[in-house]
Amino acid sequence: MHCAATVENLALVTEFVEAAADRFGLDTKKKFGALVALEEAFINICSYAYPNGEGEAELACGDDGDAFLLEIADKGAPFDVLSLPEPDTSLDIMDREVGGLGVHFIRKLSDSASYRRENGQNILRLVFRRSLEGVQ
Amino acid sequence: MEIQTQKEANATVVTITGRLDAVTAPEYEKKMNELIAGEAACFIVDFDKLDYISSAGLRVLLSTAKRLKTKGGQIRFANVRGTVKEVFDISGFGAIFQMNDSVAIALTKIA
Repeated sequence: MHCAATVENLALVTEFVEAAADRFGLDTKKKFGALVALEEAFINICSYAYPNGEGEAELACGDDGDAFLLEIADKGAPFDVLSLPEPDTSLDIMDREVGGLGVHFIRKLSDSASYRRENGQNILRLVFRRSLEGVQ
Repeated sequence: MEIQTQKEANATVVTITGRLDAVTAPEYEKKMNELIAGEAACFIVDFDKLDYISSAGLRVLLSTAKRLKTKGGQIRFANVRGTVKEVFDISGFGAIFQMNDSVAIALTKIA
């Protein structure tokens, strides 16, 4: 699917990815992580991909049997969100900033994250393996 | 997201229901700023009915807590559990906020 990269469309993209994750059978905890990672990537595109005006975000969901795959793309200037530094998560309340936390969530909540530039698009690929929790 | 407030003897209990995300976070910040401007200084935020939180949600929790701290106020969080707690934990926010297992316990901790 594709839509205008605006914060108001967060509910739309969340619904799209949640439905795909449900069809795949991703467990609740993994699905929650996927939806947070999606929000962080989507909001990042809304905020930074198109400094000179409006643009679109494109989403694709798939699976390789063992894992749920999510690709989030934009047509902004080449930018690898995964190149951002990790935040210092050990600071106390007054020194703590939230910058960098979005990409931290993308890394931590997915089983793997990769970036590629292809056909004028920034493509972030996130992999969520089917959880084996509870399987004997 | 819905926000309900309940005035107790020594604190204002703020119950947030639904999602605290990039769309709804500004509503939380606005509501808290109104309460702080209205001289409320001690807060318990009840997460019992919160299903979802992202970095945008954490950002406003942090900015509100910082504002309160500079004004000598207090804020405690109650019922942070499950997937919402996981987001707190991986962000390191679980360690910087005062957390309690229930609103009743949090109320007894307000100095």
